[in-house]
Amino acid sequence: MDAFISTYVLPGLLILAQSLALIVILLIGVAYILYADRKIWAAVQLRRGPNVVGPWGLLQAFADLLKFVFKEPVIPSGANKGIFLLAPLVAATLAIAAWAVIPVNEGWAIADINVGILYVFAIASLEVYGVIMGGWASNSKYPFLGALRSAAQMVSYEVSIGFVIVTVLLAVGSLNLTDIVLSQRDGLGTMLGLPNSFLDWHWLALFPMFIIFFISALAETNRPPFDLVEAESELVAGHMIEYSSTPFLLFFLGEYVAIVLMCSLTTILFLGGWLPPFDFAPFTWVPGVIWFVLKVVAVFFMFALVKAFVPRYRYDQLMRLGWKVFLPISLFMVVATAAFLKFTGLA
Amino acid sequence: MLTGLEAIFFYLFAFVGVAAAFMVISARNPVHSVLYLIVVFFNAAALFLLTGAEFLAMILLIVYVGAVAVLFLFVVMMLDVDFAELKQGALQYAPIGALVGIILAVELIVVLGGYAFSPEIAAQTAKPAPDVAVRHNTAALGDIIYTDYFFFFQVAGLILLVAMVGAIVLTLRHKPNVKRQSIAAQVARTPATAIEIRKVETGEGI
Repeated sequence: MDAFISTYVLPGLLILAQSLALIVILLIGVAYILYADRKIWAAVQLRRGPNVVGPWGLLQAFADLLKFVFKEPVIPSGANKGIFLLAPLVAATLAIAAWAVIPVNEGWAIADINVGILYVFAIASLEVYGVIMGGWASNSKYPFLGALRSAAQMVSYEVSIGFVIVTVLLAVGSLNLTDIVLSQRDGLGTMLGLPNSFLDWHWLALFPMFIIFFISALAETNRPPFDLVEAESELVAGHMIEYSSTPFLLFFLGEYVAIVLMCSLTTILFLGGWLPPFDFAPFTWVPGVIWFVLKVVAVFFMFALVKAFVPRYRYDQLMRLGWKVFLPISLFMVVATAAFLKFTGLA
Repeated sequence: MLTGLEAIFFYLFAFVGVAAAFMVISARNPVHSVLYLIVVFFNAAALFLLTGAEFLAMILLIVYVGAVAVLFLFVVMMLDVDFAELKQGALQYAPIGALVGIILAVELIVVLGGYAFSPEIAAQTAKPAPDVAVRHNTAALGDIIYTDYFFFFQVAGLILLVAMVGAIVLTLRHKPNVKRQSIAAQVARTPATAIEIRKVETGEGI
């Protein structure tokens, strides 16, 4: 019995505690990411944004949370009840599940698995199910149109995200997220005479792919300018129209958790994860997790600015960008990177 | 032999997988069928994970659940078919279905029970498996696919390419009266080609 407790129960409890800590920190982080999103959007439009609840409106997200939880959940009479209620759960659960493998510092991942990047990619590609199931189960026109749009959009942009990931994997030679970050210690910057610096990170060596990944991440998470799924001028709110109260909250939460996930994936793949930008003091004094959070917030700042600046794409333009621009470029870059690594003997 | 937690998880995933597979064919609503199919895929991926084939598990999720099943769901939701009416004549296809099922079952038995028919075949098919601690699953797969099975891998890719081109050829129609956006033509416009200045006489119009 003692052996059972020490081999199964204690590690299980440890994983449970780690997961709970991650979820709590993540959700509080998402609350402030949401606040930041609204504040940045407001600042671009010369508004003040949320400023009433708490000092400078800092508690706005929590007030919204309480409001959603205490509202009445409405289920349309024609809806497919089981799937209608399952959809937001799927959306929120999958978005949070992907975080299990994200390393925020060396060794700071709940599961540091061999195929980490594939796991994140797989979970990210499943997030479309929440949208499709919700859109179909609502038994209403606009949600259904939103669901169809999102199915085509997310499958299209997964293709280019997949190829971007392949180029990074070619350069790294491992599917493990920790290995991907550590491989960015030496690279282009070391050759240029600035070792272990921000020039070593993949964003420079794989430059066009960094941009493609950023834009594809916007499309994959249904962020403006690619938020055709919930385009309020055409589809009112897409798959979320019929949702209210906690189910709506879960969709909303899943969306923002997925956005932060994509920001941290950009950080891990291209911006050196927890590595400091320069390999000398005072930069090396700062703990890795702080660098990681700073980089994620910086990428999110760009996400928020894009939302504020860029008008929404038309649907055919979105498809054209995905299939006729990103797919050829990323396919060519896979071949070019592989050939370069082969003939220079760097791989 | 499976023991301990591994056995518990194996039986859990296997049971849920088989139960969901049964629901795929017995569910009345085709959308529910596809959703149950996704549950089957998930459990199959989990079984792959239990055997240590993590790469296959993730690829199964990415390809089948993330892409193929999405398109399945997409098509099934778009279908406007009265399924109660469709099921009326379903029984007449039962012999064909049974035939296909029997063939599949026999093939499975041949594959799984191959050691009984010819004992030497096990030695032929078994590749020396590298130690998981030394060389993990993904790298070991790459070692084999890009060396011994390179030709088959390329041919499989080519077959998929031909199938894709075929599907595009079958569905592509050039409609004459469709307005298409030509980005190159739009970008190439200059004030000289886009703007025309005319003198308009008062009260005349153009």
